[in-house]
Amino acid sequence: MMVILRRAGIFLLTLAIASIVVFAFMAVLPGDPAQVALGVNATPELLAQTRHAFGIDRPLPVQYLDWIGGLFTGDFGRSYVTGDAIGPQLLDRFEVTLWLVGAATVVAVVVAVPLGTLAAAKHRTASGTVVSGLSQLGAAVPAFLAGIVLVEIFAVSLRILPSGGWTPPDADPVAFLKGLVLPALSLGLVQAAVLTRYVRSAVLDVLGEDYLRTARAKGLRPTRALIRHGLRNAAVPVVTVLGLQLATLLIGAVVVERVFVIPGLGSMLLDAVGGRDLIVVQDVVMVLVAAVLVVNLLVDVLYTVVDPRLRRAR
Amino acid sequence: MLKVDGLCVAAGELPLVSDVSFTVGSGERVGLIGESGSGKSLTASAVFGLLPDDVTAAGSVRLDGVAEDLVGASENLLSRLRGSRLAMVFQEPMTALNPSMRVVDQVAEARLIHRTAGDRAAAHRDALRLLEQVRLRDVAELGNAYPHQLSGGQRQRVLLAIALANDPDVLICDEPTTALDVTVQAQLLDLIVKGVKERDASLLFITHDLAVVATVCERVLVMYGGRIVESGLVAEVLTSPKHRYTKGLLDASDLESVDERGRLHAIAGAVPAAGQFPSGCVFRNRCPRADDRCRVQPPWFGEPTAGHACWHPVGGDE
Repeated sequence: MMVILRRAGIFLLTLAIASIVVFAFMAVLPGDPAQVALGVNATPELLAQTRHAFGIDRPLPVQYLDWIGGLFTGDFGRSYVTGDAIGPQLLDRFEVTLWLVGAATVVAVVVAVPLGTLAAAKHRTASGTVVSGLSQLGAAVPAFLAGIVLVEIFAVSLRILPSGGWTPPDADPVAFLKGLVLPALSLGLVQAAVLTRYVRSAVLDVLGEDYLRTARAKGLRPTRALIRHGLRNAAVPVVTVLGLQLATLLIGAVVVERVFVIPGLGSMLLDAVGGRDLIVVQDVVMVLVAAVLVVNLLVDVLYTVVDPRLRRAR
Repeated sequence: MLKVDGLCVAAGELPLVSDVSFTVGSGERVGLIGESGSGKSLTASAVFGLLPDDVTAAGSVRLDGVAEDLVGASENLLSRLRGSRLAMVFQEPMTALNPSMRVVDQVAEARLIHRTAGDRAAAHRDALRLLEQVRLRDVAELGNAYPHQLSGGQRQRVLLAIALANDPDVLICDEPTTALDVTVQAQLLDLIVKGVKERDASLLFITHDLAVVATVCERVLVMYGGRIVESGLVAEVLTSPKHRYTKGLLDASDLESVDERGRLHAIAGAVPAAGQFPSGCVFRNRCPRADDRCRVQPPWFGEPTAGHACWHPVGGDE
């Protein structure tokens, strides 16, 4: 319990520091949002008026506190371009990205755990070598390329899945799932390839452990011994990598959302960057950073669930 | 109960154990001694059918009541025998228990695998009783602990409880006390002897410690260079050894006698690496008595259960 509390404290501190960094980056970026909004022919008076309306004529610390205070109450500010409140849109987009990243993670785990375990258990045989080779190849493929190939096969040639677009799950669950398959696969398979290699090496380590020999000595067959006594102990390094991969997945989602025309955080970010809507960029980046930190926190909590040796508070 | 005949273990082309034959009678306690690298552990693993991946066994290992030879037997058969009729305790207690599983569950599992307990609750009760039998205290609390919360001695007791869980006919112990403190060692040896006596089980006990063999075993096999070089009753072998290697081991263990320079006795040289043993008698490059005759592999002199393989036995032709 102490471990988790301490970890939560570290999480909050990191979040605070991250918010300052994100804010500082946006503040030093060249380009005046008011100038972008009004165009090159705007009068100085109008520019000043707009800057005042955006709140960017105030000192930076005040701007920062105003922004961060807003985040705590769910107020993400207003878009420089459209003038709409950012909060509701951000929430909608975040939900879409969560679906995509979640599904991709499921794909990665469901593919990598059995394949990596197989590659380790059969590492001296042909099937183990084939899995290792494929995972190496798969890890080298960028997600957007995988996406284009998958669209070519399943949407263009076979016509069994849509090539893009998004249906909310509550509107039409079947269409939602069909639309989710290809983007989740293109994002998840590449991660699966990377994860397979980590699962393989974690399982290989466990296979050499004395307690696995004890399990065999009790009369368990090799496969049962590995499943009952090996996999849980192999999970610690795999969970670590999975946590790191989620950060990569969030970034990969930015590109894959573009390929599949999905209205998630990624496409919101790209649109905002294109429109110089700096406040939106700032909000989206902050949400992504917070998401990554939350994942890291969850990974730390998961450790203590998996490995009883980490439960002692020190 | 257990009959090993012409057992050879090899890693690829490299022979590690050659032509090892011995028997362990019902209820008999037999020690297997030798230096590190003499092939004792491999012999035990081969009997148990749990050799490393790239190591193969040939020859014959027969267990009473099993029609098939254990060498080359199916994993299916071996899994059924392991943990029920044949059990083994290994050297390193610190890493031999699953770190993420409660101790009592690891003991109970041994009862569940071979369906010797009716259900989970019965297996759990059996496990607590077994933990009590190896004289662990507060078993209810200790059973709920994880291995890292136990000492090395406690862990080795748990492993003994697991090995004895299904009343095996043969218990193999591979240096079970080597990693433990001397004080803890004596208690564990008592528990092992008590455990096999109560079950009328046979014991094959591997160690490099002559004092341990004297405490635990009735008969002893001396191994060197992957071969059995001498065997016999503990009292005889340890008091009047025949093979020059056994003599060397005993002299080296004697802390009261010293050589002319006032130093403890030692066997000259070191155990060669696997495959580097000389032809003929495996001990001849370290033996003070070796001559040309030792270039030929010595035959077995004496009875199958008490004899030696030495051309120049102690008290022999001199």
